[in-house]
Amino acid sequence: MSSAFPPARGARILSFGGYQPGNVVTNADLTARVDTSDDWIRSRVGIVSRRFAGPDETVTDMAVAAGGKALAASGLPPGDIDLVIAATCSDEADIPNVAAVAAYRLAIVAPGAYDINAACAGFCYALASASDAVRAGSARHVLVIASEKMTNWIDPEDRSTCIIFADGAGAAVVGPVADGEREGIGPVVWGSAGDLAPRIAIPDRRSYMYQEGQAVFRWATTALHPIAARACERAGVAVADLAAFVPHQANLRIIEAIARRLGVPRERLADDIIHAGNTSSASIPLALSRMTERGDLKPGSAALLLGFGAGMCYAAQVVTVP
Amino acid sequence: MTDQEILAGLAEIIEEIAGVPADEVTPSKSFVDDLDIDSLSMVEIAVAAQDKFGVEIPDDQLKDLTTVQDVVNYVAKNAGSTA
Repeated sequence: MSSAFPPARGARILSFGGYQPGNVVTNADLTARVDTSDDWIRSRVGIVSRRFAGPDETVTDMAVAAGGKALAASGLPPGDIDLVIAATCSDEADIPNVAAVAAYRLAIVAPGAYDINAACAGFCYALASASDAVRAGSARHVLVIASEKMTNWIDPEDRSTCIIFADGAGAAVVGPVADGEREGIGPVVWGSAGDLAPRIAIPDRRSYMYQEGQAVFRWATTALHPIAARACERAGVAVADLAAFVPHQANLRIIEAIARRLGVPRERLADDIIHAGNTSSASIPLALSRMTERGDLKPGSAALLLGFGAGMCYAAQVVTVP
Repeated sequence: MTDQEILAGLAEIIEEIAGVPADEVTPSKSFVDDLDIDSLSMVEIAVAAQDKFGVEIPDDQLKDLTTVQDVVNYVAKNAGSTA
């Protein structure tokens, strides 16, 4: 049973972990079943290949894989995790939740465990909640996992969605800052635009996902750069000092447009989408785990995260790279 | 705002967003067929046009604006009494 802890002065990310299924799906593979082309996909969404989970591989399976890597990289024993938050919008079923089952499979004993659905913004929402829990003292170490099997909800013959969405998971371990250490998870700037909610929807449990691409593109390229700029302001970090801008990997054209309007140079923009596709809430931690593994992000540097998607929910915060 | 001014402003926007040299943006050109501009770039052009001319071009109107002249006319007609 978890008990309360002294409130922490601040929270930070200790480690990341990522997982992609083994099945690589290229644009050429998709042209075999829908009327599209490699050129069209690259020019409209910027994706070259993506991964699809196998028929028996679940959201929880991928959550366990990514969560296990983040946990191992943190150096903490599983018993030190008090809270598990899973972000997902593509789970096979609502009951039981992903967090409790993933925690059990990772040998984390009796943590607080809940799922949140803020669609593609889910990781940033979960990270903010984890940071708040550590600061409030309701948890000391939190495992945040974002796991999505978007192919559960994508019509394999709908060329407007099947070329974009993919499967994967990413995770982070969050804990208190050490004495004298700077805050490692900046204030979240979040919100929603429910008036636009019908633009991205899965109408019911028997339907595929539907998206109005052009309307979403317009919203994302006009409404979000001020949110990202405000997250930098609130963290006291100049845009010019960011080591990386890691937005939800929605569509390369969208994130390049946001980066341009924000004033982030192209080389500092995360472009994991090229080989991961759009994995909804998993895309940000998946990109971060790959970037830190490759050594693209130096420990101690600042990265701006921006989640956005269905709802329309959005959240941004500046984090210190572990 | 004269049609010439709108055309010049629009040409600047198209050069910046789609990389088409401004002097190639002439009234009779079709966005899709002549300038190789896709629907997502059209949205970006519409947003930039709104910033520049103060005229909103909603998505449902955008699909009917197929040539450069169509956009010039739309902006001119909806710019209101800014003279």
